[in-house]
This record gives sequence, C-alpha cells and structure tokens, in this order.
Amino acid sequence: MAVGTISLTLKVWRQAGPDQPGRFETYRAENIPTDVSFLEMLDIVNDGLEREGKEPIAFDHDCREGICGSCGAVVNGRPHGPRRATTLCQLHMREFRDGETLVIEPFRAKAFPVVKDLVVDRSAFDRIIQAGGYVSVRTGQAPDANAIPVPKHRAERAMDAAQCIGCGACVAACPNASASLFTAAKIVQFAMLPQGHPERVRRVVAMVEAMDREGFGSCSKHYECEAACPKEIKVENITLMNREYLRAMVRED
Amino acid sequence: MLDARVPEGPLPEKWTRCQFEMKLVNPANRRKFTVIVVGTGLAGSSASASLAELGYNVKTFCLNDTPRRAHSIAAQGGINAAKNYRNDGDSVYRLFYDTIKGGDYRSREANVYRLAEISVKIIDHCVAQGVPFAREYGGLLDNRSFGGAQVSRTFYARGQTGQQLLLGAYGALMKEVKAGRVTLFPRREMMDLIVAGGRAVGIIARNLVTGALETHMADAVVLASGGYGNVFFLSTNGRSCNVSAAWRCYQRGAFFANPCFTQIHPTCIPVHGDLQSKLTLMSESLRNDGRIWVSCKPGDTRRPNDIPEEERYYYLEERYPSFGNLVPRDVASRNAKMVCDAGLGVRGGNAVYLDFRDAIAREGVAVIRERYGNLFDMYERITGSDPYKEPMTIFPAIHYTMGGLWVDYHLMSTIPGLFVLGEANFSDHGANRLGASALMQGLADGYFIIPYTMGHYLASAGPAKVAADAPEAREAADAAENRIRKLMSIRGKRTVNELHRRLGLLLWDKCGMARNEQGLREALEEIPAIREEFWKNVNIPGEPGTFNQVLERAMRVADFMEFAELMVRDALERRESCGGHFREEFQTEDGEALRDDEHFAHVAAWEYNGPDAAPRRHVEPLVFEAVKPSQRSYK
Repeated sequence: MAVGTISLTLKVWRQAGPDQPGRFETYRAENIPTDVSFLEMLDIVNDGLEREGKEPIAFDHDCREGICGSCGAVVNGRPHGPRRATTLCQLHMREFRDGETLVIEPFRAKAFPVVKDLVVDRSAFDRIIQAGGYVSVRTGQAPDANAIPVPKHRAERAMDAAQCIGCGACVAACPNASASLFTAAKIVQFAMLPQGHPERVRRVVAMVEAMDREGFGSCSKHYECEAACPKEIKVENITLMNREYLRAMVRED
Repeated sequence: MLDARVPEGPLPEKWTRCQFEMKLVNPANRRKFTVIVVGTGLAGSSASASLAELGYNVKTFCLNDTPRRAHSIAAQGGINAAKNYRNDGDSVYRLFYDTIKGGDYRSREANVYRLAEISVKIIDHCVAQGVPFAREYGGLLDNRSFGGAQVSRTFYARGQTGQQLLLGAYGALMKEVKAGRVTLFPRREMMDLIVAGGRAVGIIARNLVTGALETHMADAVVLASGGYGNVFFLSTNGRSCNVSAAWRCYQRGAFFANPCFTQIHPTCIPVHGDLQSKLTLMSESLRNDGRIWVSCKPGDTRRPNDIPEEERYYYLEERYPSFGNLVPRDVASRNAKMVCDAGLGVRGGNAVYLDFRDAIAREGVAVIRERYGNLFDMYERITGSDPYKEPMTIFPAIHYTMGGLWVDYHLMSTIPGLFVLGEANFSDHGANRLGASALMQGLADGYFIIPYTMGHYLASAGPAKVAADAPEAREAADAAENRIRKLMSIRGKRTVNELHRRLGLLLWDKCGMARNEQGLREALEEIPAIREEFWKNVNIPGEPGTFNQVLERAMRVADFMEFAELMVRDALERRESCGGHFREEFQTEDGEALRDDEHFAHVAAWEYNGPDAAPRRHVEPLVFEAVKPSQRSYK
C-alpha cells in the first residue's frame, strides 16, 4: 500500500442556499495521504475550516462504500471524478498527482436544485419511482418463491439494471440533463422478470411521463451517462426503454 | 415486572395463537389512525408500506435525502430462510436452533422461533416484488452457505443483497406514497419522543435543510432507527447511523436492553491510518471460498505469495475442523485477535490473510468473479491490491449491535405505543448475530409482525387524541430547542470528530473485542471526562436555523457520549462471557467464551433514572423450553 502524501489546490463551489448566489472558493489540501478516499480528503479540509471557526463544505455522504448513492460531485468536469465505475467515496487519492488543481462542483441540473454547496435535491428521482418503479404486490399475497422460474440470463440482466444506486451522476454527465439511464434501469429490471409483466405497459408510460414532468431533458445519445455511471449501467437499457414505450403506445390504442 | 407477553402453548403454535387472539381494527376505521415510522431501512420501509397497505395513515421519517439510502443498503452477503430448497436437512426448527445457539443462548426462544417461521414468507414476498435474486440454470433460486450453519439457506443478489431488498421495500413504500397513504418526511431527524397519558403519541423532528423543529402527532410510533455501532467512531456503519432516537426514547422511559452486546465482524479491511473515516466490510460470504491464515513466523515480512504452504497456519480450519472458516462471527473475530496478539498477524500487525488461491485453482477465475466480483473490485479500489493475485488482508471491526431498546413479543417497548423494529430493538440475536440474519429480522419485523401487533394495540388503546400544542408536546419541543441552543453557544476549540474519535478509541480499547473488569472501570472514569470536555469545548460553526452538518453530528455525538457509559456499565455487570461479549476473566481453557447460565441467563434491561442518578438494571429471565443451553461447540 502506498504511504505517500500529495498536496492539492481545490476550487470548490460554495453556495449558502438554493436562492443564494454561488461562487468558487480556493482551498489548499496539504499533505494528503494517498490511501485516503476523496471524501476523507474533504474531511481533512473541513477539519481545518472547522478549526478556524468557518463553515465546512457541505456534501452528502453516508455509507462510504459506494452503495448508498448519497455522495457525488463533479471533479474536473467528471461526475464522481476520473476513475471509471467508482463513486466519490470509493475514489482514492492515489488517483491524483501532487500539485494538481481540482475543480469541485455539485451535480448540476434544473431538476436537481442546489441545497447547499455540493448538496443537491434529488427528490425528483423519488417521484419518478413513485410513478411506477415497483411491482404492486401487497404483503401477504406472494406465491412460493420458486413457483415461477426465471431464466438465469434474464435474472442476471435484471440484476445488471437493478444495481443503480440513484446517485444522479448520469443526469450530471448528460448535456441535456436527461434522467433516461436512471429511469430505464428500473423499467428494464422489471421488464426482464415475469413479476413485472402485468404492469409493464402502465409502468413505462407513467415513468417516462414523470421524467418529463420533473424537467429532465431527453436523451440524444451522447452516452456520457454510461461513462459516468459508478455501477456501469449500460445505455442499451435506454434503447430497451424506448422499445417498451413504443410497444406501450401501440398497444394502448 | 417486565412482561414479555409471550403466548402460551407449544413453541410452533405460539405465533399462530397470538395472531388469532390479537384484536383487529375494522378496515374502515384504520384510516382514522395515524402511525409515525422513524427510519426507512428494511424494517422501517417494510413497516411503513405494510401498515399503509392495511389502510393506516402513515408518516415516515428519514434523515437521508431519500428513503432508499438507509444503511440496510450496504448489507452484502444474503438473507436466510428455512426453505430447504437444497434438500440438505434445513427446517424452521433448524434455523431456530442455529440462531439460538449462534446467539449463545441469550435470546428469547419464542421470538426466534417466530423469526424462523416467518423467514420463508419473506423470500416469497421479495421475489414477488421483483428482487433479482441469484438463480440457477433451471430458473430456480440459488443458495449459499454462511457462518454458523451447516446447511445452505442463504439467498442472495450478488454481493448486494441488502441493496436489492431495500430497493424492494423502498418500491413498496413509494407505491404507498403515490397512493396517498404514506406521507414522506426526508432529511428529518427525530429529536424527541412525545409521551402523553402514558403512551407514545408523537415525535419532535428537525428539518435538516431549514433547521426548523416540527411537532408530529400520531396514535402510535414505530422506531426503526438502526444500531449504535458508530459509538466506536470507526465502524462499518454508515456515517449518519446513530443512537439518538433510541436514546431519547430511553430517556422518556423505554428500557434499553443488553447494550454491551456488540458484534465485531471478522472480515473487514484493516485500518489504514489516523485520518480514516469508516471501515469497510468484506462480506462474510467470502469465507465460503476464501481460506483464512497467518504465517507461522511472528512478524513475517515476506509477501504472502512467498510464504510456503507448510509455513501457513490455517488457524480456523485447524481449531474448528467441522465448521472451519465458517465458524460464527464472534469466534472468527476472537481467533483473529488471538493470532495477532501472538504476533502472527500480517507483518506483525493487526491483519490476517483471506486467500482465494485454492478456490480459483479449483473453480476457475470466472466462477469466483461471478460470485464475488463486486467485492473484489471494491477491495482493489480501496487498497490498491488485486485479490485475484494476492490474498486479501482483513481484520475484525464493529459491525452490528445486538443490544437495543427492550421489546416484548409484540415488539412494543416499555412505553405503550412505542414499537421498536430491526437493529434498534434487542430481540432476536442474543449475544451474537449470525450472518444473513439481520435482513431476515428487519423484514420479518416490518412486513409480518408489526402489521398484526399494531392493529392489536390500536384496537385496544383507541385513538390518542393529543393535540400538537399539548403541554407534553411543547415540553419536548422546548427540550430539543434548548439542547441545540446550548450546543451552539459553546464555541470552543475542539472539533466534533476529534472528540468522537477519542471516545471511540477508548471504547475499542476497553469495551471492544475483549473486556475485563479493570478496563471497564477505567472507561467508566474516562467517559465523563471526555463528555465534559465536549460540553465545554466543542466548536460548531454556522447557525442552527440552516443546513448545518456539524450541528447534526454534534447532536449525535453528544448522545453517544451518554450512551457509552450505559454500554460499559452493562459490560461490567455481565460477569460472564457470551457471544460477542468476551470478558477475559471468564473463558474456557482453550480460550472460548464461558457462559454463566446460573447467574446470567437473562436479558439486562436498563431504566433511565434522570441525568444525575445511576440507571436501574432490570432482568428478564430467559427460559429455555425447547433447547438446552450448552457450551457452544463448532469444533
């Protein structure tokens, strides 16, 4: 394990609240051990700020194992930073060089208003799921778990899509701020499983409409979302979602 | 005095009988009752969804920006169920027996039996929700083995089982939000419990964005706020996990049971330095295929691949031939500590090897990647070392807390109308939890127990009819406001993290993997000093009426400073070793935990006596009718 340290210049977006103007502030991150995570590096900078009686940089974080989807910021123009398939909390400082300057901004999108500094409001994602991102089964109704076989490759395909952590990096990476990858991942998970079929038509229509209603842009196939996704959700999910949507439109009449 | 309300009759009939004897609320009357649920992990989300499906009015609170981020999401390995799909001799009784034994005979038989019974329905329900469990080529569900069991009863979704189960429960919750039966309050932290007329009737919550204090009234309160592992500062818990909601309930009269029962998970990535913020778990499922060893030579500085086979000490396989690397967590952790204390750890330090060389040779890289790929990737990202080529290094870390608020068979605390679910209660895991059982318990409590017991309570107690401006509600709101004002006025020199770390190190040292009377007494001396320093010298920048993450942390740490003392006191009073509670004075000749069933076959439930008086220790005797407690053996 590396035991070296590096020093960095940080230009961090500071914004007191949704209606306040924001600006970049410059901080020095001195002697950062290369085996700490990006968020631990921010902890160190914040520790210094707190000791000076200044307000630390606000950022969302929780599990720090790359699964809760709380954390995320744009680092030098890339959501979650330079390493592929990695959330900010799993990004370690050995990925950076001594003397580098890092520009750190919140995930920007009309549908993700800034709450404070790097914290944004992603409740639009909850409302997209509310529109149909579930199977409408009541507790107690289920048949035996092995009553309906699911071909292994379809279960695996469902799992590939279901891994989405709802972090919003796909939206931040997209020039149109589209939530297509997020929405498609949920639709495809259920389209792959027999349990999802009874609501297949209703689900895709309702979720796509909710996505539009929340002010996300449309997909024009830049594929930036896939490149930014910490769970490597594939853009082919969007293609499948579009097919599901078309199928639903044809059927509904 | 403590009535656990365990139903009469033979073990397998108790729950059925209880379900029949409980009162019901007419479907048309359910919407007249409001239930508050605090927390949206597996227990809270499943409870909110199931209660709303029945027709109750549910108000659900979580401190994250969305319910889907609760720390249940981080559970990796799997969920147990007594399906016996493997035809390997599993049954409800065996799961019950394994759980009681795994918990070192310190849990309530009736609760554990019910848990095992319900386990099979959980899998059915989650599959119906579209949880993408691992499957075999025939399209049916796959299983794996887990520590403390000799059957394969663990269902899993790659290394993300907690995530998939939580997203299933979150989906159900979102469905009920859409239907208008659940009102969601994200980014809210519970500040206090409102108790009026001898029953729980509401909560004070702080809006974490605006800092505003809100009063929410209800006919009953469900607490599903998780465990207190973060009292140790470094743990595998999410950073926001805390004891505050439970602690406030304790101070309002709910008894706190077995706080010293904390679980140390054997397979975590070792601590790398002073600036670390949390520890990362590597799923216990890795012990299915990974072999744990250390060098026979103390302080061996060779790379692991350069240490020849005959100089490797596979200590679990040698000491426990029948369970091998799959011994329960407490046993695996303690043995890791023993070999490291003897100087055999990696380069003489606090770490042991978890090696996949033989599994890769036997099964091929592709199979191992399919089973554990995401865990291996995570390990590589954190450590910069490739576990396909070189063994992982691991060491035990605080992971789960078996102790929690005392609940009876209905999951109700000693405050009528306050129900406690999931890790926040003490109920099912005794002194040690088996792997893949936390997900099972959280979902059993939320999907299949609280919907029945809540109905019985509401039908018996009737509506609460307490207004938000009642004196009890105002008093609770004032108390919260005063606490915040007091904290903000200190403006000292120490950071919250610094003081939290000091407390955590002390606890890890004196009340961690091994405890003794002298150390515990020293801790009891030192905790008040750290607490005093905190209240004199902590610094919280910013203002209370804003989004203030330092204030949030300070409030949680302030409660940990009080709670720590109760935990240590409980460890001191329990003069025996059992499960995760290892008192060095009480061990067998070969270093296993030595229980004292004559004096300690009971639950210790602590009652708050005000800030200046010692808490009172109550006892719920544990009566074993079905199994006979014996010295646990995994040899």
